[in-house]
Amino acid sequence: MSKLTVVEGSYAVAHAAKVCRPDVIPAYPITPQTHIVEELSQFAANGEIGACEYITVESEFSAISALIGASAAGARTYSATTSQGLALMHEVLFNASGMRLPLVMTVANRAMSAPLSIWNDHQDSIAQRDTGWIQLYAEDPQEAADMTPQVYKICEDSKIMLPAMACFDGFILTHVYEPVVLLEQDLTDEFLPPFAPEHILDPSNPKTFGAFADPSIYSEFRYMQELGMSAALKKIETVADEFNEIYGRYYGGLIDGYYLDDAEIVLVAMGSVIGTIKDVLDELRAEGKKVGLLKIRSFRPFPTDAIRNAVKNAAIIVPLDKSISIGKYEGALCTEIKASLYNTKIDIPVLGYMFGHGGRDIPPERIKKIVSEAEKAIVNGITIESSYADLREELL
Amino acid sequence: MSSKLCIGGIVEPGSTVINKTGSWRTFKPIYHHEKCIKCGICELSCPESCIIKTEDGYYEIDYDYCKGCGICSNECPRETIEMVLEEK
Amino acid sequence: MNKTTELFAPGHRGCAGCCDALAAKFMLKAVGENCIVVTPTGCLEVFSTPFPESAWNVPWIHSLFENTAAVASGIEAALKALGRKNDTKIMAIGGDGATIDIGIRGLSGAFERGHDFTYVCVDNEAYMNTGVQRSGGTPFAATTTTTPAGKASFGNLRPKKNMPQIMLAHGSPYVATTSIAYPKDMMRKVKKATEITGPTYVHVHAPCTTGWGFDGSKTIELGRLAVQTALWPMMEIENGDITGVHKIRNKRPVEEYLKAQKRFKHLFSIPDGAEIIKKIQELADWNADQYDL
Ligand SMILES: Cc1ncc(C[n+]2csc(CCOP(=O)(O)OP(=O)(O)O)c2C)c(N)n1
Ligand code: SF4
Ligand code: SF4
Ligand SMILES: [Mg+2]
Repeated sequence: MSKLTVVEGSYAVAHAAKVCRPDVIPAYPITPQTHIVEELSQFAANGEIGACEYITVESEFSAISALIGASAAGARTYSATTSQGLALMHEVLFNASGMRLPLVMTVANRAMSAPLSIWNDHQDSIAQRDTGWIQLYAEDPQEAADMTPQVYKICEDSKIMLPAMACFDGFILTHVYEPVVLLEQDLTDEFLPPFAPEHILDPSNPKTFGAFADPSIYSEFRYMQELGMSAALKKIETVADEFNEIYGRYYGGLIDGYYLDDAEIVLVAMGSVIGTIKDVLDELRAEGKKVGLLKIRSFRPFPTDAIRNAVKNAAIIVPLDKSISIGKYEGALCTEIKASLYNTKIDIPVLGYMFGHGGRDIPPERIKKIVSEAEKAIVNGITIESSYADLREELL
Repeated sequence: MSSKLCIGGIVEPGSTVINKTGSWRTFKPIYHHEKCIKCGICELSCPESCIIKTEDGYYEIDYDYCKGCGICSNECPRETIEMVLEEK
Repeated sequence: MNKTTELFAPGHRGCAGCCDALAAKFMLKAVGENCIVVTPTGCLEVFSTPFPESAWNVPWIHSLFENTAAVASGIEAALKALGRKNDTKIMAIGGDGATIDIGIRGLSGAFERGHDFTYVCVDNEAYMNTGVQRSGGTPFAATTTTTPAGKASFGNLRPKKNMPQIMLAHGSPYVATTSIAYPKDMMRKVKKATEITGPTYVHVHAPCTTGWGFDGSKTIELGRLAVQTALWPMMEIENGDITGVHKIRNKRPVEEYLKAQKRFKHLFSIPDGAEIIKKIQELADWNADQYDL
């Protein structure tokens, strides 16, 4: 029986990173990621991560760049960041995935400035959705910790070789103290094989990394990244199962459901709000309301088929977004779910809501209100396709 | 070059040798070995590394790669290398 | 069949008479096979690695324009962590733009942290790869495509940023300046830099036929003139002390150097040209005096 310890979410994740035996950790502090890298520096200082080199880089731009160098040289790498730091990495994120380097990075999701905000939403990682990184979202500290060896195993697969972000909500999960199982070293060694890439920077077999492509071959490299992503669709599922076999915990593969099978109203969400929604659904189900939840674990690759299959019998689909595409006035889940249903025989209304931006609290009442609006929309149809559910009209 | 692209676009070392840059040339260096004092300056000065030392210590030019820049001719202390308009 | 044994292979797409190709050849000659090279975006990168070809016979990586020193830091840390560092040298080779301008944050960080690698700046005094725009390494009064001369301008308004001094201020155990025009000097310094533990810096002056406007046969000659006019002082600084200076035997007036290049041509026709040339001569004289050339 695994032992539960009460620790901060950041500690659980840092500990998980440690047992994955990273060789190089370049990181730059930024709230609310700081506790993760502080814990890791301490582990490294204690000699608890073997010969691991912790690099105190001077910026996130160099953190991710050092990851590239280290990974190309054959090292398993780890870093963590958020928000402004992730945005500063933007150019290099493309570069890492184009070079097919399986970097692993925890993202402690936080809002983007301006206005400056240190609190949670998903704008930071969603803004990086097209950079070719795998993105998984965790619902609680245990899942965030468990996701760490999972993403290594996914992205280091020779058919995938893409970098991955393990995303979990800043403050809400990074700073919460909860009982978690700290990942066991022996189980992790059993679960996660050592990193053994086919090509590395090595004078005894000198290869060239990062050549320059002309128009005759560029698209093929992009398409190959897409093939890596499709391979990941399968791998994410099998890795979740393998994890379950070894550690005895499971959170879904690409997606997960809660009261989904017979649900007429399907809420769609990712991250820590899943916990709140589950509590609300327990209540609503007790009242006889047919409401269910589709949890998106994998946002990249986007699990189009799994989603279609999961929602096909619903009367209405309600994506709940912690991000906004300004100028389209909807969040990423809303846009992508609608796109997934188009050109199919599924003709279900999609009613999008955005909430919880910049760390605004999401009380259970807000979710209940959304459900009651969805009930009305089933009868009366949709008038507004997407809106903020928690806008303070009195300030506008 | 293999017909299939390698993941991540990894490339084999030294493989530019398939690209014969000799076709770029307008002027051609002609090496007059009787003037040569075997100082090796031309060999060192060639950006294409296409001046090759022969067994007798003199030099020959690998016209497959020579771009005809004329550095060798300019640097030679004994005017051993003459630049002539290439006959095509 | 390729006949050379040089580690920087022919067939690359550098201009005829390219300074960067010479620099790459000399560096690999000096350091040998047991090294890993990192190169930012720029002429050298583009002309040496058009997919699926590479001129490099050593392991080589290009990531981006401004992150070369950070990539090198990661490689160094990886080799150490994996127990593969041994005698393997890590050499970053960046253009003046990549080094002096856009990459200076990462370079400063890597030197301050003390990674064991050598950074070589191949300074052709402008952004050549994108068509000869001004960089922080462009000399006073030179024209580039973004500092053209005109009725209201004599070209680049500012002198070169003193990059070697900046690197020295990081406490680097070895900072040297050299030129592709002095291959033996350059190779000796690069080799020495890679043999010293810690972050070492070599700044190589590299005349670019295309960007400066001179015949490709004169690449080395121009480099020599820069040194002989004292516009480019060559020296070695070990642990903060100047330990070697290349002495000039017969110092030449700067006009000789300026006249040979299109980028300074305007100075010989504009009304205040003579005044500007005088200022350039003063820069050279200051160097000669300061470093006892
Ligand atoms: C972030 C970014 N900005 C601009 C560029 C465009 N760019 C590519 S190479 C280059 C100039 C390179 O100059 P330098 O470093 O001096 O090398 P050179 O080509 O002169 O040898 C520029 C501006 C880029 N690739 N990336
Ligand atoms: S002309 Fe230029 S490329 Fe040809 S051999 Fe001489 S130096 Fe080399
Ligand atoms: S522009 Fe200058 S640096 Fe670039 S390839 Fe040509 S000669 Fe070399
Ligand atoms: Mg330049």
